[in-house]
Amino acid sequence: MSIASVFIANRGEIAVRINRACRELGLRVVQAASAADLDSLAARLADEVVEIGPPPAAKSYLDIERVVAAARDSGCDAVHPGYGFLAENADFADAVVAAGMRFIGPSGDAIRLLGDKVEARRVAQAAGVPVVPGSDGRLDTLEEATALAAQIGYPVMIKAAAGGGGRGIRIVHDAAELARQFPQASGEARAAFGDGGLYVEKVIEHARHVEVQLLGDGERFVHCYERECSLQRRRQKVWEEAPAFGLDQALRERLCASAVALAAAVHYRGAGTVEYLYDPRTHEFYFIEVNTRIQVEHPVTEMITGIDLVATMIRIAGGEPLPFAQDQVRPAGHAIECRINAEDPARNFMPGPGTVTALTVPQGEGVRFDTLLYAGYAVPPFYDSLLGKLIVHGPDRDTCLERLRDALAGLDIVGLATTRGLHEALARDADVIAGRTDTRFLEPWLAREFVPAAAP
Amino acid sequence: MSTLDLVSPLPGTFYRRPSPDSPPFKDDGEAVAVGDVIGLVEVMKNFQEVTAEVAGDGVRFLVEDAEAVMAGQVLAQVDA
Repeated sequence: MSIASVFIANRGEIAVRINRACRELGLRVVQAASAADLDSLAARLADEVVEIGPPPAAKSYLDIERVVAAARDSGCDAVHPGYGFLAENADFADAVVAAGMRFIGPSGDAIRLLGDKVEARRVAQAAGVPVVPGSDGRLDTLEEATALAAQIGYPVMIKAAAGGGGRGIRIVHDAAELARQFPQASGEARAAFGDGGLYVEKVIEHARHVEVQLLGDGERFVHCYERECSLQRRRQKVWEEAPAFGLDQALRERLCASAVALAAAVHYRGAGTVEYLYDPRTHEFYFIEVNTRIQVEHPVTEMITGIDLVATMIRIAGGEPLPFAQDQVRPAGHAIECRINAEDPARNFMPGPGTVTALTVPQGEGVRFDTLLYAGYAVPPFYDSLLGKLIVHGPDRDTCLERLRDALAGLDIVGLATTRGLHEALARDADVIAGRTDTRFLEPWLAREFVPAAAP
Repeated sequence: MSTLDLVSPLPGTFYRRPSPDSPPFKDDGEAVAVGDVIGLVEVMKNFQEVTAEVAGDGVRFLVEDAEAVMAGQVLAQVDA
């Protein structure tokens, strides 16, 4: 492999995780750190630490010029972007390569292509990946919209062609409602964006979020099976599993093959994830987007496949071919990950920094805790609230849940409020245990069922 | 005349504007009443309004936009 040293352009638990993969591979690690992170676990574990700016991320971890200059000056051969920050910034990937280093991830062009929602949908469709049925382009008249809605089936979503961020989205349940809402939506879109064009898309009710882990070296592509990530709050995943429960083998093969077809279509290099909505009533799945990076929830896939995804993406970036074929990826058992955040469930999940005065990490068969914490660490207020991920593996889902309940009981983070208690309640909930969940499950469940323990 | 301090209730990143292309909550030299919003503090990606607990004239900010602040740090001063 042509990489001997890695510059970690990220922080927190993923920086610690990347550090571990580098050690496995015998690589030197240089850790980027803002002024607030000089005492972080990732900084303590690194061979060298480079300060890249003041605490706010905009002036440190998000500053492309500064990060690239620091990486180049450190003498590293490669840059690992982690997730978040600059991980899916095509200009950053290009700048790393232009500075003479390897970017541990796909090319800037692939990031750009797959990061554009419209382009990604087009590429997926061309590769035979099912997409959410909807208008191919803009619709300007109610007649067009009515004809399309009749074809794809109600309910449908109307959204401004020129809009974004969920603005102006309406859901209509029949033709009469469409006839009422379409002119209003068009008028509002014209007022807001200067363009009255609308898109119509089928609403997938009671959808689950499933996603497929990919690895590619630009020529060969494999999947590492799928994950189930339906338990979300404010569109943030809080609990993930692998494999997705309740999929029959034929469906699983079709789902995973579609992700591989998409990877092949763009000559994908590195680790990536294709996200889907899955309708458990019709057994149909629909493409959402591609994430061109390692994901927070990658450990559940590592636990069931035994593959070190982070080490593999480094080896691929170093020019090695994919080290295994599809038939060598053999999933075993079940894994669940709980995101432990510095948020107070009793105060509407208000995030809060603080100092960890004591830390007890659970031990046991199949238990893994990926974290940025150490006893005495002052969690800074400047970044996201993820403190760690408790990952548990078992031979089957029931055993996994049993081990998870034990592991959660054995996790003790003293000094700040965390979401551990939320996961304890979820792990005991009958619907969660039975797998009767979808992306709309968690928020009503919180309002209905969840009584958070008072802060100690 | 005395000088009064406006302090940050939380540690985090201080912003003088509701969004990067908006005008500041308070221009330099403006008067401040109790309860006026003088900025935002971002704590772990959560934005909290900072409201004035004292009133006065001629506000002077001691902290730049998008600068890290500690809980209790003086953000601005007014004359009362």
